[in-house]
Amino acid sequence: MISSVFSWLGDGANWSGPDGITHRLVQHLEYSFGALVFVLIIGIPLGLYIGHTGKGGVAIAGVANALRALPTFGLLLYLVIAYSGNLPTDWIYLGPALFVLVVLGVPAVLSNTYAGVQNVDPAARDAARGMGMTGMQVLWRVEVPNALPLIISGIRSSLLQIVATATIAAYVTLGGLGRFMIDGLSQRDYAQMAGGAVLVGLLAVALDLVMAVIQRYVVSRGITGRYALPAASADVVAAESSVSV
Amino acid sequence: MIKFESVVKKYPDGTVAVNGLDLVAPSGKITVFVGPSGCGKTTSLRMINRMIEPTSGTIWLDDQDTGKVDASTLRRGIGYVIQHAGLFPHRTIVDNVATVPLLLGRDKKKARSQAIELMERVGLPASFAKRYPAQLSGGQQQRVGVARALAADPPVMLMDEPFSAVDPVVRAELQDEFLRLQSELGKTIIFVTHDIDEAVKLGDQVAVLKVGGTLAQLASPATLLTDPVDDFVAGFVGRDRGYRALGFESGQLDPDTEQTVKLGDDAAAVGRAARDGWSLAVDDARRPLGWVRAAALAEGKQVTPELLHRGGTLAPVSGSLRGALDAALSSPAGRGVLIDDNGALVGTVTASEVVQRIESQLAGRRNGSDG
Repeated sequence: MISSVFSWLGDGANWSGPDGITHRLVQHLEYSFGALVFVLIIGIPLGLYIGHTGKGGVAIAGVANALRALPTFGLLLYLVIAYSGNLPTDWIYLGPALFVLVVLGVPAVLSNTYAGVQNVDPAARDAARGMGMTGMQVLWRVEVPNALPLIISGIRSSLLQIVATATIAAYVTLGGLGRFMIDGLSQRDYAQMAGGAVLVGLLAVALDLVMAVIQRYVVSRGITGRYALPAASADVVAAESSVSV
Repeated sequence: MIKFESVVKKYPDGTVAVNGLDLVAPSGKITVFVGPSGCGKTTSLRMINRMIEPTSGTIWLDDQDTGKVDASTLRRGIGYVIQHAGLFPHRTIVDNVATVPLLLGRDKKKARSQAIELMERVGLPASFAKRYPAQLSGGQQQRVGVARALAADPPVMLMDEPFSAVDPVVRAELQDEFLRLQSELGKTIIFVTHDIDEAVKLGDQVAVLKVGGTLAQLASPATLLTDPVDDFVAGFVGRDRGYRALGFESGQLDPDTEQTVKLGDDAAAVGRAARDGWSLAVDDARRPLGWVRAAALAEGKQVTPELLHRGGTLAPVSGSLRGALDAALSSPAGRGVLIDDNGALVGTVTASEVVQRIESQLAGRRNGSDG
């Protein structure tokens, strides 16, 4: 079983052509990042607004959680059936597929972004304002840099969910790595089916690693604690004395 | 100069935080707002830089109505120090300090080099520049907070309980350095605290506020201790007022010359120097090290650091009578050690000598005010 999966993956013929792994991988990335772009466009500004102003947090948290409960697959089928007549030909399947991936991805980004901003040390925020930063300066110079670890981890989990779920695009005649799973199932070609699943898993892990590296470089060392200099120790605690005889 | 004119802060739920405050904080002086929780001291401070907007009344900064300028612009011209320092965790110490100059669009390199100078001024080594706030102790973070507030050289500083989150030893040290710094800089400072001892120690004038946001008394620390205006102020100022007021009483003492010993001297030398069985050990610069009891030194033995009794406090000869009295009371020999500005021994005084001095000064003042 496992060896047949490897031989399917190892067969160069399976990698080339319009039905090949390479092309499907590119398609999968297109769906995933296409959806992610919309997720970021919606989730980040909304999250920053809620976190910065403290307004609408409860309402948005409720909506986000409700979205999480929507069954992605069911929603996809419903949208295709309900709207296929109203969409331009190219978007009959792509539109609903992207839409459900966006619905899937927004909650994690949105809630992590506003939680990240809200959790910024109130004293730092107060000091920033008190020193004369405008609202926007407080947001971009203090709140966002300090919220980055949470914001990025929201993006990471959102991306993982999207990459894993983008396989359903194949169910509505689209491409992507889901193609191998669905075709493999209908053709009883279990090597192809399992190979597709392995590829999705590997892709998810690879993308998460890339995100981890990005996180490492964009988050301040003052927050991650990876200091270049040795941490405070005896030499730092000096200069304290009291007078007595 | 900062001037409050009938300033009121009333919240929508009806709570009155500040009720008709009239007060002038003179330029170049430290004005302390002190009072119990809910007296509106922090609210009053935060209305100066409009972190809180007054409901009515006017706050003047020299001849500028603070309500009529852009809030961010106003704040950039006022130093702001808060309780937990509020440093930016993601920025290095030098960039934290340079925050306001950078906001004002000053040259980055210059702002940083000035920031490092300021760090040294508040007692932080320049080597801390590239560290992050999380690598510093609470007291060190607070020093950074003070340096950051000073960075754009604002004439006015607002300090909201800046030293209350650090331990007592570090707090005393920060207070002393703050006073030294202020003697060099001469800023107009509003300082909020709930600690009356801190208020009395730091303030040129102290405003005692009552719950409900009214001013109970505005006076110099010495007046506050000796002549509280009502029961509230008397109760808030607390016990030991008479003793604490001595902290503002300086007077010429006539110290006795003290025979001293050094480390390594033998029992015979200690015996010769001793009065009432104790003699004082000093170092080569005549700085007092501690008392040694002649009887504790066996024949032929030498004075070692372990033998020294270090319980006595040292009082600067130019300091307060409170310090001198405390030195006398805490000394195992019954003689308080007076030192000069370099820390070198001047002489010793007994408690009764200090008390006599106090009594004659107070008597002189009583007679003076009677006549």
